[in-house]
Amino acid sequence: MHEYSIVQALLDQCEEHAAAHDAKKILKVVTKIGVLSGVEPDLLQTAFDTFKEGTICEEAEFVIHLQKIVIYCRRCKKESTLEELNLACPRCESLETSIVDGEEMYLMSLEME
Amino acid sequence: MCKDCGCSITEHHHHHDHDHHSHTHQAAHETLHHNPQLNDSKTIEVISKILDKNDHEAAHNRAHFDAHGVLAINLMSSPGSGKTTLLEQMAERAPFRFGVIEGDLETNRDADRIRERDIPAYQITTGSACHLDAFMVHKGLHEMPLDDLEVCFVENVGNLVCPASYDVGTHLNIVLVSVPEGGDKIEKYPVMFRQADLVLITKTDLLPYFDYDIEHEKEQARRIKPGVDILEVSSKDPESIDRVIEWIEYKRKFQ
Repeated sequence: MHEYSIVQALLDQCEEHAAAHDAKKILKVVTKIGVLSGVEPDLLQTAFDTFKEGTICEEAEFVIHLQKIVIYCRRCKKESTLEELNLACPRCESLETSIVDGEEMYLMSLEME
Repeated sequence: MCKDCGCSITEHHHHHDHDHHSHTHQAAHETLHHNPQLNDSKTIEVISKILDKNDHEAAHNRAHFDAHGVLAINLMSSPGSGKTTLLEQMAERAPFRFGVIEGDLETNRDADRIRERDIPAYQITTGSACHLDAFMVHKGLHEMPLDDLEVCFVENVGNLVCPASYDVGTHLNIVLVSVPEGGDKIEKYPVMFRQADLVLITKTDLLPYFDYDIEHEKEQARRIKPGVDILEVSSKDPESIDRVIEWIEYKRKFQ
């Protein structure tokens, strides 16, 4: 359960952006969470709702866009979006693949006033 | 800034007597307070990694290790897979000098075990935190005699989930999984095994007593991390420990 630490890092970033833009409050926090990032979206939502109190995000809506795994195959030189975790290329079965999306956690945008 | 209303509009011909606003200021003022883009809510694009502060600190740690010519290795696994035992065994056999930064929720027991082998060790007790982050490791690395070391291990908190999300500033990740944990651990914890540069299947001397399909596990590891190195280890077989040492020696040459 490291979702609390992640939410803490996220709230810190929100405070910094709000200060830089002279915002009084943040209305919406939009994130992109990779399915291979190692966090559980439901737990992240709960952690956000718990720890936003008393912060600039107190009234903020929290949006999670789940990012599926996208791989690039070096053999057939094509990208594929995966429905399940098997990094073999679904087109040519090659294991010469690398992940291009779906492993990271991003803060994408903030709505503030 | 306009002293009368506090707005941030500056103008070239600001009157010294502030009895009334100039027309130009008034017009700008209207725009400021009626243009929804300037006054109401606004959306800003950010696109930054949520853990960017941790990642920044991790890069700092790596630079610190690099400056001392130390190869840093993060050891991760569930509790009881044999991380500390592996370090104890390497203490007897490794040709390189190493130190250990230990992470545990409570007790200094692991660091004590390592120190008994005359290996420098620093214990981080995380309290309730389920993982080490780059800031904790930074504290630990300043306690390490890095000038006297060639390799520094970070023995992470025993946990196959949370440590996978945190770059602690090491160069390589070794992930251990032991035979008694049962099959399917690699498939169940893919995020962790994605991070592995080397997977160690430990306690292989127990294979006769468990229905553990080691070839199936290796295949799963390669589906999750194509090309990952995999070694079988048993603390009863010194040669298997030597193979881990050789792998590390090989990586040191490329540092």
